[in-house]
Amino acid sequence: MTGAPAPEAASRASRRWSDARAEPVLAGLSVLVLAVIAGMVLFVLVSAWPSFSHNGLGWLGSGGGPVDEQLRSIQRSPAEPSRYVYELHAWPLLYGTMLTTGLALIFGLIFSLLCAVFIVEFAPPALRRALEPIVRLLAAVPSVIYGLLGILALGPLLGGLISEESKESVIYVVSLTGLNLTLATLILTIMITPIMIAMIVNALRSVPRSWTEGSAALGVNRWRTVWKISVRAARPAIIAAAVLATARALGEAIMLSMVSGSFAFAPNPLDGLTFFFEPVRPLAATIVDNAEALSVKPLGQTIYAFAAVLLVSTALLSLAGWAAKQPMKKYAGRV
Amino acid sequence: MSVAGAAAPKAPAPPLRTRPRDSSSSWPLADRIGLACCWVAGLALCAIAATIIIYMAIKGVQFLRPELLFSRPEVGVDQSSSGGFLDPLLGTLLIVIVAVSIALPLGVIVAVWLTEYGRPAGLARAVESGVEIIAGTPSIVLAIFGLIVFQEHIFGFLSFTASGGAVFGRSFLTAGTIMSLIALPLVVGATREALQAVPSHMREASFALGKTRIATIRRVLLPAVRPGIATGTVLGIGRVVGDTAIIVILLGATAQLEPGEGPAGIDVLRGTGSTLTSYVYNNSPVGEGNAPEKAYAAACVLLLIAILLNSTVTRLAAGRRGGSAWIT
Repeated sequence: MTGAPAPEAASRASRRWSDARAEPVLAGLSVLVLAVIAGMVLFVLVSAWPSFSHNGLGWLGSGGGPVDEQLRSIQRSPAEPSRYVYELHAWPLLYGTMLTTGLALIFGLIFSLLCAVFIVEFAPPALRRALEPIVRLLAAVPSVIYGLLGILALGPLLGGLISEESKESVIYVVSLTGLNLTLATLILTIMITPIMIAMIVNALRSVPRSWTEGSAALGVNRWRTVWKISVRAARPAIIAAAVLATARALGEAIMLSMVSGSFAFAPNPLDGLTFFFEPVRPLAATIVDNAEALSVKPLGQTIYAFAAVLLVSTALLSLAGWAAKQPMKKYAGRV
Repeated sequence: MSVAGAAAPKAPAPPLRTRPRDSSSSWPLADRIGLACCWVAGLALCAIAATIIIYMAIKGVQFLRPELLFSRPEVGVDQSSSGGFLDPLLGTLLIVIVAVSIALPLGVIVAVWLTEYGRPAGLARAVESGVEIIAGTPSIVLAIFGLIVFQEHIFGFLSFTASGGAVFGRSFLTAGTIMSLIALPLVVGATREALQAVPSHMREASFALGKTRIATIRRVLLPAVRPGIATGTVLGIGRVVGDTAIIVILLGATAQLEPGEGPAGIDVLRGTGSTLTSYVYNNSPVGEGNAPEKAYAAACVLLLIAILLNSTVTRLAAGRRGGSAWIT
């Protein structure tokens, strides 16, 4: 840039790409990305505010009749802004979200932990080579295909399992079909498992070899070595995997709106076995189902409130997952 | 001396050896149950994947006809007259092009800035966690955020404005822009990982030759991390191809490509349409179309594209040294 005179073209090129200019440009674009993200968070929170401020803590509670009725009356509220209806008790939706996510997480965590241990330790080499692409494949299947398989193939199958008497027992409250809590949980479990398996396998492989060898040298069998040494050492990564999988399960909208029955109902554990055949509708699926009516202002703001709940919880989960993973870093140099 | 005694020194007792792998038959019962659970889980995983693939393959053979790929969707009373899915295929392609042409340069720039400059540190940390947050944000939230933003008047040029002055907000450009946000973290992540793997002596050698920092980045680092960038991009494309929520809400999900206004080319981008994912969604029992055969056929094509992208990532990652992260 300074010093000996260069040919004109070269000097122009170097001036255009000089360090003094490049850094602010790169930094500026990065900050632009940050601004878009921050803007998104703010936009959603601000749009959601009327729904929260009008309902207060009652927003989280139950009551006020079926949620779908409440949403309809919000949609039909008068056109003057002063007379907008915001009355909403979103508990069945929150409960549905927690139920599907929680159950999928519990089953998924057990299943993926066993799978990861199998892949790392016990699978014969040929099977292991087959399992890695399988996990990648399951992670790559688009959610709409899972939804399609659920609604067309598994749903009718599951619907045939419901006995007539359990259908009759709740007929005045809700009609039971194959699209229900069990199906939603099952497919959600399959969807979040691959990402957890991948993370846990990576963690198990990064446990220092000398630790497991030390354990084996003391005469501990392979199962106990894996369980007491590798899995225990990889605990932070397992927690991180669970947290990130939770975030993904919370945000799954299309698949759940297809297979969960799409009826805002809070399954009642007191119903015994029927509980598992009752429909649910998580928050994200509710957003999809009501997306047509986003332009109706009060309903739009209510939907942004659902989005805000999802956004805040996934952001917190992302940060928690990042924090939980930190202790694993100390193994990185010693693999 | 007996015969047996003479034979003994010739064949000394073999040294006590344990088997190279201990047999699980000697383990306590609880451990054996654990091992069995592992086998069951691993085989169940194989079975699930095989079921999905075989089921989709059977449905594909049943319902997928070549003419479906080249005919446009029609409004028909039953499944035999509702046309094919040429438009959704083109729509998928358009969305990928729009999303990648935004996410690729921006993602590489953010990754380069984070690894090579990263000053001030607080700002870099903020950008980093911002990217982390966007990676975890559900696409449905991004979709309705996009709708509220792109219905503002200043973004009217991206979609079309109705006669009343209201901006529609749904078009290939708006959907692609939001799609780029889900591809962005993958590009940033893969590029950063590759940049961090470049040994520092390569940078130092370039500096020693009198290159400036930015020249080093352009001439030395970016060529070196090209496989990493490619991996991130293909992962991003996979996510974009598979996403449904953003398409259903931000592309209008009209069966045919419906151009907006403007010169040729731009009008299609400003118009609405559908992609394979929204075509599957709309033709499933929950959508308006309700043509399960068409939905299966389109889902089959979609699955093939996903598998193709997936194997591309594998091949790209195999070229890299120490590809330990086999899923991102």
